[in-house]
Amino acid sequence: MENEFSASKPIYRQIAEQLFKKMIRGEIKPGEKLPSVRELAVQTQVNPNTIQRTYNEMERMGVVETRRGQGTFVVEHTEVIDDLKREMRSEVIGQFVQSMEELGLSKQDMLLELDRFLQKGDPK
Amino acid sequence: MKIELKNVTKKFGKEYALKEADLSLSPGKIYGLTGPNGSGKSTILKLITGLSFPDSGSVLIGGRPAARKETKNIAYLTELDMFYDPFRVKDMIHFYETQFSDFRINKAWDLLKDMKIDGDKKIGKLSKGNRGRLKLALTLARDAAVVLLDEPFSGLDPMVRESIVKSLLTYLELDKQTIVIATHEIHEIEQILDEVVVVLNGRIEEKKDVEQLREESGMSLLEWLKRFIEEKN
Repeated sequence: MENEFSASKPIYRQIAEQLFKKMIRGEIKPGEKLPSVRELAVQTQVNPNTIQRTYNEMERMGVVETRRGQGTFVVEHTEVIDDLKREMRSEVIGQFVQSMEELGLSKQDMLLELDRFLQKGDPK
Repeated sequence: MKIELKNVTKKFGKEYALKEADLSLSPGKIYGLTGPNGSGKSTILKLITGLSFPDSGSVLIGGRPAARKETKNIAYLTELDMFYDPFRVKDMIHFYETQFSDFRINKAWDLLKDMKIDGDKKIGKLSKGNRGRLKLALTLARDAAVVLLDEPFSGLDPMVRESIVKSLLTYLELDKQTIVIATHEIHEIEQILDEVVVVLNGRIEEKKDVEQLREESGMSLLEWLKRFIEEKN
C-alpha cells in the first residue's frame, strides 16, 4: 500500500477509505487484526500520529475496536461493513450523477450512456 | 522534551539571523522546519543544541537553558559529516558508543542491516547515498529525547530519500521524542510531518498543523508553501 495522496483531503481520511474498500472487497475480514500503527505507518510512509487518527476515527464509527495490549480489530458484525458499502456506493453514484448533470445529460441519457459504456467500453 | 524559543534574536555581525523568534515544540510530534536557504533554519537548530547562543531572549530545553552539557539529550544530524575515511563502518559505530551514553548498538546494527550497509567497509569507500544513510543510522541509534535533522536529504537520490523516510518511521519513538527536520525539500516529508514551521528572513512566519492546512487550503503542503512565500515577498 504505497501511496500518492490527493492534496485536498486529509491523509487520515484517505487511509481510512483505503481500508474501508479492502473491507468491502473482503480482503480484510470481520474480526481480523489490522496492522499496528507503526507497521501501517511504514507501509504507507505516513506519520504514525496520522495513522492513529485513522484508527480513532474508524473506532468512533464503530468499524474497528481496540483491544488493550492486543491491537486494533475489525468488528465481528457485518452490518457495519454493509452500511459502509451502501454509503460508499451511493457517494460514488452521487458524484457520477452530479458530473453528468453538469454536462447537461437527462436521467434517461445517463442510463443510456452508462448502459452503452458497460456493453462496449469507452466509445472514444 | 519540550523545546522553547522565547523572543530570540541572533545576529551575525550586522545581519539578523533570527529576529524576535517565538517557538514551542512538543514531544510526540514531527516538525518540518522550512524556508529558503539562509532563512534561519540551521541557526534555530544550533541554538537548540547550545552550539550557538542568542543575543537576546532564551532557548529552553525541557525547561532548562540550552547549553553544551544539555546536549546529551539531543541527537543532531548536521549538514556536514565528520567521518574519518580510513575507519570502517563498525569502527565508527564503536566510536559513537564510547561518546554517547544513550547510544544503542543493537539499534545501530538493525538500522545498518535495513540499509544494507556492510560494517566492514571503509567509510572512504562508501557511496554518497550510503554515507548519508550511515549518518542517519548513527543519529537514530541514540535514545535521545530530541532529534534534530538538518537537511537529511540534501544531495541524495530519490531511492535513498525514500529509504531514509522509511528508517525514520521505523525507528523514531514518537511517544518520547521531539523531532525537528530542517529542509527546503518539503515534498519528501510532507506525509510524515505533524506540523510545519516556516522561517523567512530570520522570522518565524507560520506554524501550522499539516493535515489541517491541507483540509483548509485544498493544496499540498508544497503548493501552499510556494504561495505563502510569494505573498510574503
